[in-house]
Amino acid sequence: MADVASAGGLPIVCAGVAVGHNGTRILADVDLAVTRGNLTLILGPNGSGKSTLLRVLHGLLTPTAGTISWGGASVRPRRHAMVFQRAVLLRRSAAANIRYALDLAGVRGAEAESRIDDALAEVGLRALAGRSARVLSGGEQQRLALARAWALRPEVLFLDEPTASLDPKASRAVEEIVRGIHARGTTVVMTTHNLAQAKRLAYDVVFLHEGRLVEQSPAQGFFNAPRTSEAAAFLEGERL
Amino acid sequence: MGTFSDSLTLAAALVAHLDPRFVDIVALSLRVSLTATALAACVGLPLGAAIAVGRFPGRQALTVLLNAMMGLPPVVVGLVVYLLLSRAGPLGAFGVLFTPAAMIVAQTILITPIIAALSRQVVADAWGEYREQLTSLGAGTFSAALTLIWDTRYSLATVLLAGFGRAIAEVGAVMIVGGNIDGVTRVMTTTIALETSKGDLPLALALGIVLIAIVLIINALAQYTREWARVRYG
Ligand SMILES: Nc1ncnc2c1ncn2[C@@H]1O[C@H](COP(=O)(O)OP(=O)(O)O)[C@@H](O)[C@H]1O
Ligand SMILES: [Mg+2]
Repeated sequence: MADVASAGGLPIVCAGVAVGHNGTRILADVDLAVTRGNLTLILGPNGSGKSTLLRVLHGLLTPTAGTISWGGASVRPRRHAMVFQRAVLLRRSAAANIRYALDLAGVRGAEAESRIDDALAEVGLRALAGRSARVLSGGEQQRLALARAWALRPEVLFLDEPTASLDPKASRAVEEIVRGIHARGTTVVMTTHNLAQAKRLAYDVVFLHEGRLVEQSPAQGFFNAPRTSEAAAFLEGERL
Repeated sequence: MGTFSDSLTLAAALVAHLDPRFVDIVALSLRVSLTATALAACVGLPLGAAIAVGRFPGRQALTVLLNAMMGLPPVVVGLVVYLLLSRAGPLGAFGVLFTPAAMIVAQTILITPIIAALSRQVVADAWGEYREQLTSLGAGTFSAALTLIWDTRYSLATVLLAGFGRAIAEVGAVMIVGGNIDGVTRVMTTTIALETSKGDLPLALALGIVLIAIVLIINALAQYTREWARVRYG
């Protein structure tokens, strides 16, 4: 598989980012930098703002306060891709879903077909290439969404709980895929509520609590010796 | 009761023998309403999609207006088109009043808001679901709208069927702008109205039977399309 060419959408830098909705605070005062080559896991309880932070980092949601920049620019780079918590697939075949994304990215013809084949094989869906995407099982849809994102050879890949609806085996398979994508040079930012998975994958952990970035540390340190009481309580609760 | 069963027998004979006068009326009905549906689709579908996806001032007001215009009374549409097309009207020079063309214009105006409003709803629902994904993939507004139209094509097909059903069953607009001229602008609904008042029940009944059959077929088609697409595409 081709390596990911370097492009200018990194680092992603958030400064004092806040997101509000009708007076309620969803994110507050988040300072964060996503650097090239990292695999960052965003952890936190339900409703702590993980999905919202991913949307901000991907440029889908404009912060109500603070600034965000991608490689110094203030517009969303095209070569960042995201896999949403609930896969959104078009009413066409699995292969055609990937073809559609590649077409928008300007990749067509033989190059597109070879990437489609590659990506479907990578997630174990090659046999289902011609199947209508929306009649696939939940786990297959999730893997197809991952294949579609990977086929774009993104500079940064955002994943929102990509294994939430998968059984343990499929979950491990997705982990391996994510690890492989990262190993080929893609910067990965992922949310998960699965601590074991976080430990297996993470280089860097960002811990959110009630919309605030409470702790950002290398994975080892975070899991062994959390610096904040919120993170300690979260790790304790998840262990129970 | 005797008259009714006699009429029914005669009506059945008209249908069975494909009486030429009867066939002409049915054919003109289909031609006018199918053409009107095609024209209304050309305007209504893109309009509905644009309002669903676009960001422009007056979008809300346009939605309210379209929804209100769904209930336009056919006779009022007929009256307005009559005024526009009459000899003294702004479009009188075309001389199309009391021709099938005038009837097509009237029905097109009648059902364009219906097709636009219903397609807006269909496309807006899909947009709510697809928006972030399509934005993430880098689709611009125009390309997103085309994607949504294609992805909802089966729902949109049932929207067109609804428009056609409304057109073929309406009587007020075609009566006023067509004039119900024998052999020229007589369609199923206007003939039923006229023949019933004249007491010629067999022809009226025969046309009534055809009209009901068409409406049934449209509804069956719509339901079948929805079901088929759900199974095939999810
Ligand atoms: N569009 C929205 N409107 C109102 N509240 C929202 C919206 N999106 C998220 N929220 C709220 O913001 C909080 C954080 O949501 P989210 O980022 O989805 O959390 P997480 O992914 O960590 O579970 C939740 O309380 C949620 O209800
Ligand atoms: Mg979430």
